[in-house]
Amino acid sequence: MLEVKDLHVTVEGNEILKGLSLTVNAGEVHAIMGPNGSGKSTLSAVIAGKEDYEVTAGSITFEGRDVLEMEIEERAQAGLLLGFQYPVEIPGVKNIYLLKAALNAQRKARGEEEIPAPDFMKLVREKLAFMKMDASFLQRAVNEGFSGGEKKRNEILQMLLLEPKLAMLDEIDSGLDIDAMKIVADGVNSLRSEERAVLMVTHYQRLLDYITPDYVHVLVDGRIAKSGDKALALELESRGYEWVLEESAA
Amino acid sequence: MATEEMEQLVRREYTQGFVTDIESDTVPPGLDESVIAFISQKKGEPQWMLEWRLEAYHQWLKMKEPSWAHLNYPPIDYQAISYYSAPKKPEDRPQSLDEVDPKLLETYEKLGIPLHERAALAGVAVDAVFDSVSVTTTFKEKLGEAGVIFCSISEAIREYPELVKKYLGTVVPQGDNFFAALNSAVFTDGSFVFVPEGVTCPMELSTYFRINAANTGQFERTLIVCEKQAQVSYLEGCTAPQRDENQLHAAIVELVALEDAYIKYSTVQNWYPGDEDGKGGIYNFVTKRADCRGDRSKVSWTQVETGSAITWKYPSCLLRGKDSVGEFYSVAVTNGRQQADTGTKMIHIGEGTKSTIVSKGISAGNSEQSYRGLVKIGPRAKRARNFTQCDSLLIGDRSGAHTFPYQEIGNSTATVEHEATTSKIGEDQLFYCRQRGISEEDAVNMIVNGFCKDVFQELPMEFAVEAEALLNVTLEGAVG
Amino acid sequence: MSATRTFLNRLEERIAGRRESAATPEPSWVAARRQAGTARFEALGFPTKRDEAWKYTDVRRISEGDFALAQNADFSPATAATLGLPLDAIRLSFVDGVFSAKLSDMADLPAGLGVEPLSSAMNTNHEAVGGSLGRLAGVEFSPFTALNTAFADEGAVIRIGSGVVVEKPIVLQFYSRANAQPVMSHPRVLIEAGARSQATIIEHYVGEAEAANFTNVVSEVLLERGAILSHYILQEGSLQDAHVASLHIDQGRDSRFTSFNINLGGALVRNDLVADLNAEGAEANYFGLFFAQGRQHVDNHTLVNHNAPHTFSNENYKGILGDRARGVFNGKVIVKRDSQKIEAHQSNANLLLSDRAEIDTKPELEIYADDVKCSHGATTGQLDEEAVFALRTRGIDEQTARGLLTLAFAGEVMDMVALDTVAERVERAVAGKLPERFNLGDLVDVATADQA
Repeated sequence: MLEVKDLHVTVEGNEILKGLSLTVNAGEVHAIMGPNGSGKSTLSAVIAGKEDYEVTAGSITFEGRDVLEMEIEERAQAGLLLGFQYPVEIPGVKNIYLLKAALNAQRKARGEEEIPAPDFMKLVREKLAFMKMDASFLQRAVNEGFSGGEKKRNEILQMLLLEPKLAMLDEIDSGLDIDAMKIVADGVNSLRSEERAVLMVTHYQRLLDYITPDYVHVLVDGRIAKSGDKALALELESRGYEWVLEESAA
Repeated sequence: MATEEMEQLVRREYTQGFVTDIESDTVPPGLDESVIAFISQKKGEPQWMLEWRLEAYHQWLKMKEPSWAHLNYPPIDYQAISYYSAPKKPEDRPQSLDEVDPKLLETYEKLGIPLHERAALAGVAVDAVFDSVSVTTTFKEKLGEAGVIFCSISEAIREYPELVKKYLGTVVPQGDNFFAALNSAVFTDGSFVFVPEGVTCPMELSTYFRINAANTGQFERTLIVCEKQAQVSYLEGCTAPQRDENQLHAAIVELVALEDAYIKYSTVQNWYPGDEDGKGGIYNFVTKRADCRGDRSKVSWTQVETGSAITWKYPSCLLRGKDSVGEFYSVAVTNGRQQADTGTKMIHIGEGTKSTIVSKGISAGNSEQSYRGLVKIGPRAKRARNFTQCDSLLIGDRSGAHTFPYQEIGNSTATVEHEATTSKIGEDQLFYCRQRGISEEDAVNMIVNGFCKDVFQELPMEFAVEAEALLNVTLEGAVG
Repeated sequence: MSATRTFLNRLEERIAGRRESAATPEPSWVAARRQAGTARFEALGFPTKRDEAWKYTDVRRISEGDFALAQNADFSPATAATLGLPLDAIRLSFVDGVFSAKLSDMADLPAGLGVEPLSSAMNTNHEAVGGSLGRLAGVEFSPFTALNTAFADEGAVIRIGSGVVVEKPIVLQFYSRANAQPVMSHPRVLIEAGARSQATIIEHYVGEAEAANFTNVVSEVLLERGAILSHYILQEGSLQDAHVASLHIDQGRDSRFTSFNINLGGALVRNDLVADLNAEGAEANYFGLFFAQGRQHVDNHTLVNHNAPHTFSNENYKGILGDRARGVFNGKVIVKRDSQKIEAHQSNANLLLSDRAEIDTKPELEIYADDVKCSHGATTGQLDEEAVFALRTRGIDEQTARGLLTLAFAGEVMDMVALDTVAERVERAVAGKLPERFNLGDLVDVATADQA
């Protein structure tokens, strides 16, 4: 599904990713872990198309398409969706408008009709209930004045509605209490299927207790230094990152 | 010289010498007493009105065109302007929509202008003026029952001279400013509204009437009076792009609110902004002022300004009555080479007066926009309050956004707050929307409309929808 | 004859007398500058309320005044010590504009630091002074800078060499005496901070209670690459003084400038600050505090030009106005075209203590670049009644509570002052100026004793 090959990325002249390769197949859940500054967030941002990042070498393909040639919205419409670590506030723009505009943009890209308003409302209410969110939430401006937990839930709500093929979650657990984390994890788990994949970036193992990954990768200094299964995450939790650093240096 | 050319020359001279002929439909360019007399006679005005106009003219002669605004335009030759021309005859206008510029029609489509209005807006000579006659009759009946007077200012001068005499020029005196003096001397049309004591006007004075207004734009004069406890909502202008052969516009609007009266005045201004280089656009110099004379009276100005090459406009409130309230909600969008210098004045005179100013400016292309406002708290305005929010959004790196808020506070019990921000559409906001699959243009529209929301929600419902569409059309091509 | 011409004639006559008695004639370049200044001043004339920049300020106290020129710098060292700033500092003192070597202290200047009176610098050091003087504050700026250019014959030249860190503050001490006939002075200050240098400079204006003089000062400050400079204007003139000051700053790459403009005295005060952030990385903070009462009139104009990308400015001015005082704040920020990635913030808050006090405030922005973060705010109001209530629930009487909150209002600016001596003095002065009913004297004593 997603194929990242020898990816080199620089930001304002500093090389952040230094030859990263990664393959994600449909039905899989991958977790990317690593110490601060290892380039974890850069990977998902580059896949999503953030403009401050310069790809100097390597390739990214998604279902055979060259992602780097696609516009930001084309990537989203193709099913690559990013859950932001710091969701942006957009004053005055109601949440429900954003949801509807996004869903219709996706349908339009697939050559489908716009969703009729009643169907849309039914769908939204259903997802809202699943995320244990109040309906008043739809009338509020996008992320404006939301608590950290509300912002994260809002990200997952969008995922549930837009049903991405590859959901990328950037530190979706940061700033969440246990209750909120469970709701968020339930949301993510409900997305799991044979056709879909999830790529999670996280600093802590804690999230992985709720969303069990098939693969865990440790990112060190712009490269994947070690890959394994869930056991690797537990080992990182108990031993820290130092030993991976030493191992990769050796 | 050929005879034909000779004849033309002679004819031209002849016309020029014929200024006082009231049968004529236009006067040659230039302004003097005879032109004013001609206009007054044309309108069938009483002697006092003519004298009033001449008084204004003499004051105007002594005045200088203001130059303090943040605007840049070539000098206007006031003697090169023709101050009276009758509306075009039906045979001179396009005979059907087929003859109208398809681009214009496309814009109407985008704005969602109802079909039957499009022809009238495009200046098509419509037989029987579609169903407006019957519409007018129904309206007039309904208004008449309520005791509301709503007619053209010319008609009001003839039919209700005492009312006009009592209020005209009491809010904006003839010599108030250069453009006001000019308007007072030469105004040709506009509206008059009188709502008697205790009456709430049974309908919004809007929709249909905006079409008629299209032909009276140049030196418009509007006077609205609400007696005690009366209320009215008045809507001026139109979202559809309006073209006018007269480049100079200088309108006056006067509002008078007596005790407990409430006037809501909404404007959408979309005059022709000129071509890409700003050539041919309308110069719009407007004086709008409300006098909150009565205790607890309230006036609310809402404006959406997207048109004109030059805009010079400061709808203001004199808050004289105790606990009177003034509001100003404005969205101004400039693109291309447009320049706008707009804002408001809130003059707090009475005790407990309150004012709110919310101004949203959006500058794109090579345009320049300024917010200019005055909040003045007089020594007697105890407990006066003002809140001002004034935000600018920049699109592209060739536009300018400026803020000139004056505050003169002479009372220690007053509370005055001013907040202003200037920013661009955040790259991160655009990225967020696009990452949800929304195109860049739609994302910009969404963010801009969100930015303007506080003002749009003050507009009458259906109008707000049109205003949003208008904004999107105005900003087309501003990004990317 | 116009007021301007009358004023000029009188001044020229008096200054000619002084020049004739001077030991050495002035260099020709100085004379040429004076001529340009005179011509410009005469062309501009004294400003009137029709001039936008002087809309709220009437200068007739100056234009219609008859001011002599001080003939000497005689001043009791004891009085000077009481009035002056008690700081261990490098000090240049001036009495009614005349330099006093006796009251100055320029011993032990660190290597690389030049501090000298303008008069000697102009005569002996043409190279250093001739090129820089007037570069930032041209005669075009205002009639008062023109007037200063024409008649400045004393002041200070401070030059800090590259990489020099000046530990002690440099104090320019301006005393105003109670003269039989009011006098005027036109001090000129030139500060050049070399690359990566650091210093703190204080202009302190103070005088005898009965003084009624006119000071018209112009200061020019240049910061080269990476220089860090703190500049204070502490104006505590008598309540009859007229004080016109303009401060012009030019900032180079990565330089950092902090300005304090504290105005407590003077009958008629006008301050201009003109700052140019000319290169990337330049950063500036401007803090202002003015407290006027009686019939004092204090006008603050600031203009901040962001001429280069990646520049930062932050401005915070606070005003307290009692009795029939009038305050003016006009702050303007201009972001030039292509000056992207700018951050500029400006705020002005005012407190009116009396119904007859007035504040006219106008925070302006002119933005020609789009990638900017600019904000400004102005508030005028009263003390937070909830805070008054909260203090009263702690047993503090209402008047004291109001006094404390007023002090706290000024505190937001005072807290930024790095020099304790200055901060303390300002706090005492503000507390002392508060209406008697607030009665804070003891409280402040306790606080300052605690600090000591």
